[in-house]
Amino acid sequence: MNKIIKYVLYDIVRNKIIVAYTLFLLLLSIGLFNLGGSPDKGLLSLLNLVLLTVPLISIVFGTTHFYNSYEFMELLVSQPIRRSKIFMSEYLGVALSLSAAFMIGVGIPVLLFAPGATGLYLVLTGVFITFIFVALAFLASVITRDKAKGIGIALLLWFYFALIYDGIVLFILYSFGDYPLEYATLVLTALNPVDLGRVLVLLNLDVSAMMGYTGALYKSIFGSLWGIGLAFAVMVLWVLVPVLASRRAFTRRDL
Amino acid sequence: MIAIENLSKTYGNLTVLKDLTVQFSGGRVVSIIGPNGSGKTTMSKCILGMVLPDSGDIKYNGESVLKQYAYRSQIGYMPQIGKYPENMKIRQVIEMIRDIRKDAAVIDEELIGLYGLQNMYDKRMGSLSGGTKQKVSAALAFMFDPQVLILDEPTAGLDPISAEILKCKILKEKKKGKLILITSHIMSEVEEVADEVMCLVDGALKFHETITSIKQHTNEERLSRAIAKIMNEED
Repeated sequence: MNKIIKYVLYDIVRNKIIVAYTLFLLLLSIGLFNLGGSPDKGLLSLLNLVLLTVPLISIVFGTTHFYNSYEFMELLVSQPIRRSKIFMSEYLGVALSLSAAFMIGVGIPVLLFAPGATGLYLVLTGVFITFIFVALAFLASVITRDKAKGIGIALLLWFYFALIYDGIVLFILYSFGDYPLEYATLVLTALNPVDLGRVLVLLNLDVSAMMGYTGALYKSIFGSLWGIGLAFAVMVLWVLVPVLASRRAFTRRDL
Repeated sequence: MIAIENLSKTYGNLTVLKDLTVQFSGGRVVSIIGPNGSGKTTMSKCILGMVLPDSGDIKYNGESVLKQYAYRSQIGYMPQIGKYPENMKIRQVIEMIRDIRKDAAVIDEELIGLYGLQNMYDKRMGSLSGGTKQKVSAALAFMFDPQVLILDEPTAGLDPISAEILKCKILKEKKKGKLILITSHIMSEVEEVADEVMCLVDGALKFHETITSIKQHTNEERLSRAIAKIMNEED
């Protein structure tokens, strides 16, 4: 497997996009930390921007990379290599390089300006979000052979998780505001990795006091080590399910 | 060497292969002919595991190849249209495949030499002409001394001299006891290199015979006429 990852990474690194992405994140992080005054404020703004841009870049880059490596995969499929190996190498190649870009672009500034648990959670969340959205990108690309359709599905997924989902949650909260919704919102949060990441970081920022009962419930759950572990376990599920589904689809289709 | 048993494949509504059963043995050059869209490429891709059949089995030396991958170290494949990562150089493609197939005992670089590919090692795959890509495909197919060679319209984009080099190479490998499957539309070429002809029509086997027996029972001197005769007879 390492051999193929090597060639995938080589291909990605030569592609300047990953360098541009790193520089973009670096500039964004340093800029926000210098603007905000307190490191906590900087982290908060950084969190919001990261949760918007990282999924978008991951999903678009993942989809285009998959379609652009079609020839590469076709070449390898006639060689004595397991198909799942080709697929996982492609996935890990993309996810690892985007995560590395994120760790350099966001991890280093966070370490410099706001070291601590919250910063660590932010970086971890970003890495998980990268892995999740690359997995979703691959799922979208495996489903359809048409590049335009694949990118369309990928963008729809991003819209859904980054924008539409929050709208739906707000709508539910307003419509059923008379009922106790604490546990329902908890489940709703788990159903969206972006929200899960946001809650994880926010609760460590001491702004949860402003979030009412739900915030208190979140605090009591995510405040404990057990709750944080559970949250990351859900994140792992969010990576595994699309990866395994798309790997299965990839090994069962014609090339 | 290769046995195909009741192989069927459909793409949506289109039936490409219909209950195909055929056997190939080593030391032979088998030419697969048939009209466009008769399932020749699909059959080769099934053997390679690139296309997954709906039903039926393919056996290599008695063992099913479905969902397997190791057997492919014994197969060299030259696609009809070679698709390569555009920004890789010839050298990188060749080195990558060699890196992946590190355990191959014999490295046969004859075609690289004969086609003068070393002089073009630093060209990008995307900038190559169709014919040069074909040469790279051919060199890669023969490189690891495979027991089976599947060549999908190998001479279609090659100039006459390069095509001649390839034909000599095919005959040379045949003598080593290899099985060589060639899909081709050029009858003179089939007559030159092949021992047997297998004809597919609409995904089903029309006939699979040696060239001599085809000529004999049609009473024709030339293969192209003999085959035309068979095709017309049964319509």
